[in-house]
Amino acid sequence: MSDYAIETNKSDGFLKEEYLSLGRARLVEMYRTMVLIRRFEEAAAKAYSMQKIGGFLHLYIGQEAVAVGAVAALRDDDYLITAYRDHGHAIARGTDPKKLMAELFGKYTGSSKGKGGSMHFFDAQRNMLGGHAIVGAQVPLGTGIAFKAKYRKEDRVCLTFLGDAAMNQGAFHEALNLAALWKLPVVYIVENNMYGMGTAVDRASAVTELHKRGCAYGIEGMVADGMNVFAVYDAVKEAARKARELSLPTLLEVRTYRYRGHSMSDPDSIYRTKQEVEEEKQRDPIEQMKKFLLGGKIATQKEIDTVEEDVKKIVAECVEFAEKSPEPPLESMYDDIYV
Amino acid sequence: MPEITFREAINQALAEEMERDDSIFIVGEEVAKYQGAYKVTQGLLQRFGEDRVIDAPISESGFTGVGVGAAMVGLRPIVEVMTFNFSLVAIDQIINNAAKMRHMSGGQLKVPMVIRGPNGPAHQLAATHSQALESIFAHIPGLKVVVPGTPKDAKGLLKSAIRDDNPVIFMESEVMYGLKGEVPEGEYTIPLGKTDVKRKGKDITIVAYGKMVSLVLQAAGTLASEGIEAEVVDPMTLRPLDDGPIVESVKKTNRCVVVSEAWPFASVASEIGYRVSSKAFDYLDAPVELVTAEDVPMPYNKTLEHNALPTLEKVLNAAHSVLYKK
Ligand SMILES: Cc1ncc(C[n+]2csc(CCOP(=O)(O)OP(=O)(O)O)c2C)c(N)n1
Ligand SMILES: [Mg+2]
Repeated sequence: MSDYAIETNKSDGFLKEEYLSLGRARLVEMYRTMVLIRRFEEAAAKAYSMQKIGGFLHLYIGQEAVAVGAVAALRDDDYLITAYRDHGHAIARGTDPKKLMAELFGKYTGSSKGKGGSMHFFDAQRNMLGGHAIVGAQVPLGTGIAFKAKYRKEDRVCLTFLGDAAMNQGAFHEALNLAALWKLPVVYIVENNMYGMGTAVDRASAVTELHKRGCAYGIEGMVADGMNVFAVYDAVKEAARKARELSLPTLLEVRTYRYRGHSMSDPDSIYRTKQEVEEEKQRDPIEQMKKFLLGGKIATQKEIDTVEEDVKKIVAECVEFAEKSPEPPLESMYDDIYV
Repeated sequence: MPEITFREAINQALAEEMERDDSIFIVGEEVAKYQGAYKVTQGLLQRFGEDRVIDAPISESGFTGVGVGAAMVGLRPIVEVMTFNFSLVAIDQIINNAAKMRHMSGGQLKVPMVIRGPNGPAHQLAATHSQALESIFAHIPGLKVVVPGTPKDAKGLLKSAIRDDNPVIFMESEVMYGLKGEVPEGEYTIPLGKTDVKRKGKDITIVAYGKMVSLVLQAAGTLASEGIEAEVVDPMTLRPLDDGPIVESVKKTNRCVVVSEAWPFASVASEIGYRVSSKAFDYLDAPVELVTAEDVPMPYNKTLEHNALPTLEKVLNAAHSVLYKK
């Protein structure tokens, strides 16, 4: 167990008036998106075990509140970019999950026409500028995207997701210095799931309060509970406001947990105990949100059940679409190398 | 001779050399507690302790540079990159520092280090994770580049690489780690910069290294059933390249195919093709053919990936083509 795991959220912490102002429909939609991400990935894991999906498959299960809370706090014209654990971000951004499942299956109808796979979900139309598989590589990119927004005097921000371990790349530090130096409207959101592959944060980072690592560049750090969709929402909202209005970068650490191994092939028993995983599941983001919806009388049990059924149907359709979609033609390997 | 896997062969080489010389340490991501991302360093932490088998954060530029610095003052680092794709993050340390130090210091300094890990595509890892990068390193004076194709070669060459006083890029492959082969029981080394003939033949020379050696030996088997005896030549070290035996072989067979899973442009394969064409020009009965990766970033889709790489069929076609057979 990592020594700075944060306190389990009490569900009453959820019941803030201001969240109700998001509106019933919006709140249920956020819940629905979290459930969709989870079921989508469970289906992907199953397809992977049947070898319909290949390569690396990194599941986001357990971290759904981060993508959903963060994206909910953005405007549609804001940008986002992330690493290879990208299913949640694309789904939260509203990319058609059929296209995403087809991409996992390597099909021509996939979001990258079968060329990218799990680690490379892109949806330029929705300003989702990709999943990126070289650890830390997207951090300067996100910074450059924010540079464009400022250059063009647009009041848009770029939300740049990264993992805890990615903070140890030089690219991260160079980018943060540039963002501070040039006052760029970027929000760095570190999804601290306590491990980079098999290495716990305290074995990889000299400073384990990760949000403090921006101080070398004069970048304000924030920390939020990544298992609580509203905590993420609030933090991103505030950081995005600072980016938009003051053109100031923020380093936001959200504390979350991945339930599954690093990828499908990772025997996580080497570096963490079953007990730890079970404990972390006690603060499950979807369960917490459900409690909030029911407890706050925002949704009825029946509506919750309907969400589950709807999502089940959508995911089944995704898999069917992916299965039935055509393979990319061989010549297509030569497409899209140059413009 | 006992049969062991490629993985075990490398593990043995590491352990034997670390036993012999306490200036050797291993650093890399997941090499210690996790026992290696691909289990190549299994057991080394337990055997040599955490001062010598060191887990690094994801800081390739940092820990590779630390390796170069430590080597400049007498240690013998073995830097494991989880895959060579990630060595690109450290390319400045490798090309500008490790490769140049000897020359720039006028011979005052040396950088006895090994940078090793898997290279080339595995299974559907897509564009950034499927690159055969040997040509980039082989381009650089000051580096040695070794790409073994069998467990026996891997062990003997790695031991030599570790003992070498120069920076050596040692390239393995995820999909070869499970490959089994006979490995001598006692202590042995295989010198760097020596080409090996993997199969004798008189009709055609096929040059291959690394993962492609198995594929080409398989192709040679098929060709033999057609009455064509292929000589399979494996340079093993790409820089310095021992082209003598390759040229000698072509002088005998008069035909040459070079197989590599790297891209064709300005590549190890094109370099070998050039050397054969110039040094055995009068002996060639057909232009040298290259079988390489297609000139594309690696697509994720399985069928596309397969077709972007050298295949048995492509090797056979190339062989038939230089033999003017259909
Ligand atoms: C430059 C580079 N080095 C190593 C890897 C292999 N690798 C992929 S993910 C990963 C761990 C990253 O952990 P973190 O940033 O915490 O993100 P998480 O996987 O927890 O979401 C490693 C070592 C890589 N893809 N790129
Ligand atoms: Mg992590």
